[in-house]
Amino acid sequence: MSRNPLIREVPPTSWYFRHPLYLRYMSREITSIFIGAYCVLLVVGLQRLAAGPAAWEGFVTALQSPASIVFQFLCLVAAFYHAATWFNATQKAMPLQIGEDFVPGNVISGAHYAAWAVLSVVVLFFTGVF
Amino acid sequence: MKERLVQLEVLRYNPDTDTEARFQRYEVTCAEEWVVLDALNKVKADIDPTLNYRWSCHMAVCGSCGMMINGEPKLSCHTFLRDYEGVIRVEPLVHFPVERDLVTAPDDFMEKLKRVKPYIIPKEKKPISEGEYKQTPAQLMKFRQYSMCINCMLCYAACPEYGLTPHFIGPAALTLAHRYNQDSRDGGRKERQEVVATHEGVWECTFVGACSESARRTSTPRAPCSR
Repeated sequence: MSRNPLIREVPPTSWYFRHPLYLRYMSREITSIFIGAYCVLLVVGLQRLAAGPAAWEGFVTALQSPASIVFQFLCLVAAFYHAATWFNATQKAMPLQIGEDFVPGNVISGAHYAAWAVLSVVVLFFTGVF
Repeated sequence: MKERLVQLEVLRYNPDTDTEARFQRYEVTCAEEWVVLDALNKVKADIDPTLNYRWSCHMAVCGSCGMMINGEPKLSCHTFLRDYEGVIRVEPLVHFPVERDLVTAPDDFMEKLKRVKPYIIPKEKKPISEGEYKQTPAQLMKFRQYSMCINCMLCYAACPEYGLTPHFIGPAALTLAHRYNQDSRDGGRKERQEVVATHEGVWECTFVGACSESARRTSTPRAPCSR
C-alpha cells in the first residue's frame, strides 16, 4: 500500500445509475415487490373465500375494478420479467455436462421456457379456460 | 497506415502532492488498429512521462492493464480505439485504492485469493513412486472454464456488491475456489467452505451478473455463485 492511497467511495444510494446493467439488476429486484404484493392479494382472496360466498363475491367484484386490473397487469409484466431473467440465468446456474461436452445454454433456458408454457396450459386447463 | 486523432481524458492522482484526483486531457495521433494501451504508451513516450499505469504482455494474458474505459472495466490492451467516438475517459479500476494515476492497490484481492486456498489439496497424499494423479478429459472439462481466470480484477471493479461491501470475498476468488472444488484430484472443499459458504462468501453475492460480463473472454465468475 502506498503512503497516501486515494479511496473512492461508492455512492450507496445511487450506484445503480453508473451502468445500464446495474439498472437492469435493480429493475429485476423491484419486480419482487409486485410479486410479493400479488401474494398478499392471493392470501386476502383465500381469507375472503373462507369468510363465505358473499365475501368472495365482493372480492371478485373488487378484482374487476379498473385499478385492480391495472395492478394485476403490472404484476403479470413483473412476473414475466422476473421469470425470464431467471430462466436466462439458468444457463450459468445449472450447467449440464454430458461426457466431455456441456449442453448448450440455450437448450437449458429453452427447456425452462417450454416447461413454463406447458405448466401454464395445464393450469389454464384446470381453471376451465379451455 | 490509417490514422486517427484520439482524445484521452485520464484520471491523475499523485499521492505526494494531491488530496483528490483530477482529469487530464491528452491528444495523440494513433493508428486505426491501436488499442487504448497503445495510446497511453504514446502519451507516456511523447507527451507526459509522469503518467503511471501497469501493463506487461499486451495480449490479454497477464491481466495487468485493467482500467475503467468510459466507465467499464476493460483490459486496455484489448480495447480498440476504433470502437469509441469522441473523448475516451480512462480511470483506474473502481473499488480499489488508487496508488498513483491508473495504478491501483491489489492487496485486498490478493489477501482474499489466498484465503480460499486456490490450489489442489489432495484427497490422499501418495508417494511419487505411485505415479501421477490421473484425470479424464471429462473431469478436466468440469472445471476448465473456471481455470481461465487471469486475476485481472475486472470482475471486482464490475461488482457493485464488492464496492458497497468490501468484506465480500468477490467473484474471482469464489471462481477459483469453485475451480478447485470441481477438480477430481482435490479434497479441499470442506476447508474452502469455511470461507466460501459464509456471509463474506457466496451469500453476499446478489447475482448482478456484471462480473461475468466483464470477464466474458476468460472465466464466468457468476456461475459459481449461482450454483
